Amino acid sequence: MFESLSDRLNETFGRLNRKGRLTEQDVDDAMREVRRALLEADVNFKVVKDFVAAVRERAVGQDVLRSLTPAQTAIGIVNEELVRVLGTDREPLRLPERPPQILMMVGLQGSGKTTHTGKLALQLRKEGRNPLMVAADLQRPAAVNQLQALGKQVNIPVYAEGTTGSSPVTVAVNAVKHAMERGYNPVIIDTAGRLQIDEPLMAELVTIRDRVNPTEILLVADAMTGQEAVGVAQTFHDRLAVTGLILTKMDGDARGGAALSIRAVTGVPIKFIGTGEKLDALEPFYPERLAGRILGMGDVLSLVERAQELTDDKDAERLQNRMIKGQFDLEDFLDQLQKIKKMGPLSQLMEMIPGLGSQMRQAKAQISDDDYKRIEAIILSMTPQERRRPEMVRGRRLNRIARGSGTQRNEVNQLLKQFRDMQGMMAQFGKMAKKGKLPANLPFDF
Amino acid sequence: MVLNRLFRRRAEPDVQVQQGLEKTRRGVFLEITRLFDRSTMDDELYEDLEMLLIQADVGWDVSQRLVEDLRSQVRDRRIVHPTDARELLRNDMVALLELATRNRKVKILQRGVPWVILVVGVNGVGKTTTIAKLAAYHQRFGRSVMLAAGDTFRAAAIDQLQIWGQRLDVPVIAHGPGADPGAVVFDAMQAAHNRGADVLIVDTAGRLHNKTNLMFELGKIRKVMQRHVESAPQEVLLAIDATTGQNGLIQAQEFSKSVAITDIMIAKLDGTAKGGIAFSVAKELGTPISYIGTGEKATDLAEFHPDTYVDSLFFGVGEGL
Repeated sequence: MFESLSDRLNETFGRLNRKGRLTEQDVDDAMREVRRALLEADVNFKVVKDFVAAVRERAVGQDVLRSLTPAQTAIGIVNEELVRVLGTDREPLRLPERPPQILMMVGLQGSGKTTHTGKLALQLRKEGRNPLMVAADLQRPAAVNQLQALGKQVNIPVYAEGTTGSSPVTVAVNAVKHAMERGYNPVIIDTAGRLQIDEPLMAELVTIRDRVNPTEILLVADAMTGQEAVGVAQTFHDRLAVTGLILTKMDGDARGGAALSIRAVTGVPIKFIGTGEKLDALEPFYPERLAGRILGMGDVLSLVERAQELTDDKDAERLQNRMIKGQFDLEDFLDQLQKIKKMGPLSQLMEMIPGLGSQMRQAKAQISDDDYKRIEAIILSMTPQERRRPEMVRGRRLNRIARGSGTQRNEVNQLLKQFRDMQGMMAQFGKMAKKGKLPANLPFDF
Repeated sequence: MVLNRLFRRRAEPDVQVQQGLEKTRRGVFLEITRLFDRSTMDDELYEDLEMLLIQADVGWDVSQRLVEDLRSQVRDRRIVHPTDARELLRNDMVALLELATRNRKVKILQRGVPWVILVVGVNGVGKTTTIAKLAAYHQRFGRSVMLAAGDTFRAAAIDQLQIWGQRLDVPVIAHGPGADPGAVVFDAMQAAHNRGADVLIVDTAGRLHNKTNLMFELGKIRKVMQRHVESAPQEVLLAIDATTGQNGLIQAQEFSKSVAITDIMIAKLDGTAKGGIAFSVAKELGTPISYIGTGEKATDLAEFHPDTYVDSLFFGVGEGL
């Protein structure tokens, strides 16, 4: 993994801190790190240039030089600028009162147009509308079948004609007519993927647009795209006047610099992000999250979200009470362990916590998923009674548990000791909480 | 019992590569050549070069390395003429890509044992199209090919493969949507054996490399294959989209951890993307890059050659460099 920008800036300014005063030259060094981080995140180099210039101006003007925490101040500026470029306002779909509302999906091959046609349709139906999907991709083998299969999955009608003797333009025009007659609205047109340099196919899109007059032309772009994202988006925009962007495959680990580039160059708002293969994996776009991701500052919000998916509020409250009262036992611990495991591989979770990624690397202290499995095995080899009262584990019980989990006695002992320490700590926090002295930010202690 | 049928190395220049890459090299990339059309080597040239490399998705690290290498070589060898420097750069770039071809193993097909190719990659890189191309490629060598529809997840992925099967006159082993890919592969291995297929190409569902469970599934598919043929899959092909940025390297790394990738294909080189990620992959992993994809037709596949790649994408074909 790349070292994150926040790590690097901390490093750069950390070196300088000792010498006391920062100079403009130091800011330049920091800006070089900013530039590098953005390039590694696939932000287009032209966009990077303008961006760094803007950040630099603010950094020099805004007392980064005199700041006690120059790294934080600099990161703050970069973050703000990122959010500014990404667009601070949420831009919903334009769906005018009078039908037909027509959404046209365009983009390169493999960006996810068909899948996102399905996702959008599902979302719109959840909002109480009656959408129609249109299979106007006659190019790729079985693209029509794919849309029909998606339609069947979510029970949303699909307009299709035979692939022979028809053209995408006539399909689109006929589909709109069909929708008006049957009262479907909005109409979502899935078009074939095409290269922006493929003149005949681009001209075809222009014809479709002119014939059906869509309310939204949505460019579907892959979050993993590199430097060419700008050229692609610019050409689609120039030819079609794109009105919105859907950024797909955001559930991957790409930094997503392409989004920043496209937004900066075309000014087209990002309307949705695709976060999975399932048809409900469509989310509104939050600029702050993407900014953090581009900077590699960890993605605490996503982490929290994943955790929330797995625990409900009542659960959390019960757990908190048990912790404070010192009743947190190995059963609870096991339950938590299994929940964390469901959130994904440990190393990946670590990356999401700001600063922790680099600390872990520095300490070379890697908690592996194997360690996890061992702990789990030990607890699972205990009886429920032993889990509730770990202090009863001694002698023969200890032997049995070690054998049962394929570990050594001392490993079992170690786990029990760590657990006792943890219980002690929790009890202390509990007392502090009662007196209202609980520190606002508990340090992360892994 | 080992009847060698080596993958032939074609001697004649690959017309298809050049035609496919024709479209790609249009645009900014002739600028690298033009960059050296000046009288002296100055700082501006190095800066512009770095920008052009980054623009081609070569990545920050590798771009730095290439530029620094060029600088020091120019200094050490006291090179004055930019055209000589251009030659050095070109050779340096070719050498970098050769890190990814020198590990290529000679492929030996055994009679009576199907050569199994497992095709993997993230969503939307063009796996299914790649499979059609590979099928056509092996057919050209007179081999009988069979396909397995292992992508049971994406809607109509099976149909898509079956349409290709009809077009190429190649049997496709498939179960219904949502079926267990392991079961499909099991049947396909048996069918390939019974019908004496030379080559069995297995499609898989696109999966993002950070989805642990889906990556585990690849390991399972592999085990199913090995129950039939111990050496299977003899080829594990990772398809990477040429438009992919720096994430391409992570894809290659993560897939390599789950299944031993033997070959990489850079797909979609017919666009404007330069596929610069190939350099990072070569430098960091050294996994053999074997093929390039240059279009949507079954014939749009070519073998990967470092010199052709560098010449056509970065310097313009026919420049006589």
